[in-house]
Amino acid sequence: MSTLDSKIPEGPIKDKWTKHKNDINVVNPANKRLIDVIVVGTGLAGGAAAASLAEMGYAVKAFAYQDSPRRAHSIAAQGGINAAKNYQNDGDSTYRLFYDTVKGGDYRSREANVYRLAEVSGNIIDQCVAQGVPFAREYGGLLDNRSFGGVLVSRTFYAKGQTGQQLLLGAYSAMNRQIGKGKITMYNRHEMMDVVIVDGKARGIIARNMITGEIEKHSAHAVVIASGGYGNVFFLSTNAMGSNASAAWKIHKKGAFFANPCYTQIHPTCIPRSGDFQSKLTLMSESLRNDGRIWVPKNMDDVKAIRDGKKKPTDLSEEERDYYLERRYPAFGNLVPRDVASRAAKERCDAGFGVNATGEAVYLDFKSAINRYGNEKAHVLGIHNPSGAKVTELGEAVIEEKYGNLFQMYEKIVAENPYKTPMMIYPAVHYTMGGIWCDYNLMTTIPGCYAAGEANFSDHGANRLGASALMQGLADGYFVLPYTIGDYLADDIRTGTISTDSSEFNDAAKEVADRLEKLISIKGTKSVDSFHKRLGEVMWNKVGMARNAKGLTEAMDEIKQIREDFWKDVRIPGGVNELNPELEKAGRVADFLELGELFAKDALQREESCGGHFREESVEEDGLQKGEAKRNDKDFTHVAAWEYKGDPREAVMHKEELEFNDIELKQRSYK
Amino acid sequence: MSKGFSKSSVGRKVLMALSGFFLISFLLLHFVINFLSVFDADLFNVASHFMGTNWIIQFIMQPVLLFGVLFHLIMGIYLELKNRAARPIKYAMNKPSENASWISRNMVITGVMVLLFLGLHFYDFWVPEIVDKFVDGIWDQPTKYFTHLVHKFEDPVRVGIYCLSFVFLGLHLLHGFQSAFQSAGFNHNKYTPLIKKLGNLFAIVISLGFIFIAVFHHFNSH
Amino acid sequence: MDLTLKVWRQKNKEDKGGIETYPIKGISEHASFLEMLDVLNEQLISEGKEPVAFDHDCREGICGTCSLYINGEAHGPDRKVTTCQLHMRMFKDGETVYIEPWRSKSMPVIKDLIVDRTAFERIQQAGGFISVNTSGNTQDANALPIAKPMADKAMDAATCIGCGACVATCKNSSAMLFVAAKVSQYSYLPQGQIERKERVLNMVEQMDKEGFGNCTNTGACEVECPKGISLEFIARMNKEYLGASIVSE
Repeated sequence: MSTLDSKIPEGPIKDKWTKHKNDINVVNPANKRLIDVIVVGTGLAGGAAAASLAEMGYAVKAFAYQDSPRRAHSIAAQGGINAAKNYQNDGDSTYRLFYDTVKGGDYRSREANVYRLAEVSGNIIDQCVAQGVPFAREYGGLLDNRSFGGVLVSRTFYAKGQTGQQLLLGAYSAMNRQIGKGKITMYNRHEMMDVVIVDGKARGIIARNMITGEIEKHSAHAVVIASGGYGNVFFLSTNAMGSNASAAWKIHKKGAFFANPCYTQIHPTCIPRSGDFQSKLTLMSESLRNDGRIWVPKNMDDVKAIRDGKKKPTDLSEEERDYYLERRYPAFGNLVPRDVASRAAKERCDAGFGVNATGEAVYLDFKSAINRYGNEKAHVLGIHNPSGAKVTELGEAVIEEKYGNLFQMYEKIVAENPYKTPMMIYPAVHYTMGGIWCDYNLMTTIPGCYAAGEANFSDHGANRLGASALMQGLADGYFVLPYTIGDYLADDIRTGTISTDSSEFNDAAKEVADRLEKLISIKGTKSVDSFHKRLGEVMWNKVGMARNAKGLTEAMDEIKQIREDFWKDVRIPGGVNELNPELEKAGRVADFLELGELFAKDALQREESCGGHFREESVEEDGLQKGEAKRNDKDFTHVAAWEYKGDPREAVMHKEELEFNDIELKQRSYK
Repeated sequence: MSKGFSKSSVGRKVLMALSGFFLISFLLLHFVINFLSVFDADLFNVASHFMGTNWIIQFIMQPVLLFGVLFHLIMGIYLELKNRAARPIKYAMNKPSENASWISRNMVITGVMVLLFLGLHFYDFWVPEIVDKFVDGIWDQPTKYFTHLVHKFEDPVRVGIYCLSFVFLGLHLLHGFQSAFQSAGFNHNKYTPLIKKLGNLFAIVISLGFIFIAVFHHFNSH
Repeated sequence: MDLTLKVWRQKNKEDKGGIETYPIKGISEHASFLEMLDVLNEQLISEGKEPVAFDHDCREGICGTCSLYINGEAHGPDRKVTTCQLHMRMFKDGETVYIEPWRSKSMPVIKDLIVDRTAFERIQQAGGFISVNTSGNTQDANALPIAKPMADKAMDAATCIGCGACVATCKNSSAMLFVAAKVSQYSYLPQGQIERKERVLNMVEQMDKEGFGNCTNTGACEVECPKGISLEFIARMNKEYLGASIVSE
């Protein structure tokens, strides 16, 4: 029995958003001043929402655990942002962007939301340009586009390899203007510890001042959670060290349903782990796969020789190499989608063919591309019968032009010259499509509590396309939430300031203080990181790129065990009432230790393979697609939204059936 | 002009540059006139006499110059003290030479050395001149300059001090010349490298030139 | 490799603080500098001591959170990297490594190696923006072409990550490279023209209020800047400021 109402407006898909905006309630400007809104997180979604809400007149309180809103992890996005502007005249349209996004998400997203996302995508670019975001331009002065991740049009706007940074700085500048005006009160180095619910509505949060340790009560008429994704449940990911799921998890425990936690994107081209000290993984742009060929040695002897340093990869002849993507997917070869490429790399490494000391790396080789480009260039220059050295020289110059900055980044980290020896890469956790369930208005199952950006279960279904995360974050923050939140707040114009002296606030604050006290007084023997690493290992091995019922069941038990060990044996030095990074980490890891179990439970329940979620039991058994992911549209075309029941494994699932009226469901094939 | 300009960091920086430009142009003039003394004593006397008796130069330019020197000096020292106060706790380990030249970091040292020299220089030339004109009231001595100059450079110690001071002046100019352009807001891909070269040339010519003049007269006076 | 670390420890803002010495063994040359500090902290926790507090977040050189003065240089001996991108292969076995916080009156230490950079926030709030409200109806993004060289210059200025290395490394603790980057970014763009004069006046005024030192064109900031922000932008800010001062009332 579903208790979920997605509140999708009636009517044809292209009119839904316009009609909805016309129908919903609006708060009069004079009354907006009387209404407080809390925004937790200041990345693209939170920063954009805080600025826009303040511009509209609401009194906004924004919270960031960083020392500045500008440091939220949206800043690390490299590639670009999609928008259906059709500036390149290549037939792009709102419908095409909508279609690509739904298909890319393997038909597990909500049509109406995705259509709205595509609809407002153009406004985002207009807004950002007006703010002074320096997007790349052509010589004629107009905006440049690049193509991205397997779509057929060029719709990605970019600012060098720092698009996320520039968009975030744009939102940050809009925030600064409002902070300067006193319309946003900014709380830097503050962490949300819990949400406060009064009469069934979200009415504020409990936050910890991370410098003094003080527990603070903040009230508001609505609370927006824009705190990002939960990729750090894997310990190693491309997320920032501080990225955490605590805000999302806290509202989940207070009644917000958590949707599709098992949908995680694992990006194939990251720099591999180099040892146990590794703290995070670095992403390298997907574009490298346009020219790099991925391989491992065919023979185990060569693998051993390479690991022992007796052979170099360049010593192996073509016959001794296994270009496994080209072998398995002759049609797409090295350009298969992210999830397929990642799983194939894991398959080879699990079989023992990993090429570095940890056994978790494959080669990405540019030798063929260097030769090809070198010969082409020689031809252009009119050099007949060029020497091998000349071809290499010319080819390397071409590669440098295309990927110079990435090659340099690789060399800084690994200290190997990728022009001369193949790069080593390995997949890493990158983005979480799952998150807090929300309706069309982005409201969670807690009235007055909203979720935006990566924190919500989003518009990406089971897999996200490149350059769509930035689009969704800004769409939510600039163009969706500012409208939809008014519909709810229109009832609050007479409420007045909400007191923080109520028993609800006091109880929540006490609960938070007690939990911190409990954590710090465990005084065990092991560091917070040691538990986080254990959790990460279980998640990666059993809830990672390929999952099966046995592994997932074991994972649930193992995570529960780690959680119990954590609460008995964690050692947190220092005190509660001071800046204490270990205490901060402990609170976050405690939440990951619960979320991880729900994650595994969700993966266990979803007995199909879709997008980033691959169940070994659900593969095509014969024909051309043998061994590939098999979706089950009959039983699983739904959102799994979990209700907290005191223990992650006791969570109750609510289904939101997904209806596809405007798109036909098809299988993805890359053979 | 906005009220805050002369109190702002950028405004003061621009003023330092402008006073610097002024002093640079004065130096050039001073050098050219002095250099005349090397090959033509009479010409040197004529030029010096003109500078010493022309009322525009005496009663307008001389006070302006004095003000410029004092301003550059006082503001320079004041900013240095303020800048030091901006970092009350120093680094236990610091390697400033890794990212900036000694000259650029120590303008106050080269500047103060030049200032000390100015004391001697005023004592040697400016004070007698002022005494002649304003105490004794003798304005018309068109041939005294060359003799006075040569006489001063008889003492090898004084010549040594002068030469050393010119080295400091050169160092100050090596950074100061191009720095003034940057402070005044001029930095151009094409022209800035040129300005830097010109600045280096200027610093070298001025310091070696003055040294040459001093040494030349020292050895030719015997 | 084995190292001797000389680390600044300071309990809180009021504490006087001082350098502590920690030997550390068996560090891989492939580890990043911050991973080496992670290892140190694990070691300190196991010894029952308090770990060293330091700022860090993205660990890929873009968020601008990490901020260490390592062996006498901001972000350590490598060039165009942040501390998180610095690797241990830049150090020699047996070396003594000094690790200190940014030093500036305007960026006081909060704890150990963590400093308070909110002065930068206030400078941005004074004018580091274009006053445009969010609306679905701002003019079309292509309605206003911008010459590519100008757009590229704006982008070069905009790559500043606000880490504070310029202040830390400047002998005068001057924040001009940081402020100039923002002033310049908007001054190159047509959208930034309307508020161009007030922006530079207000941002410089706030910068001065914060107590940063004065720029003396040593160029150290440009060398140590992990993003290679050019001194050219400081000249541009000087010119902007001069121009704005002359015409303002």
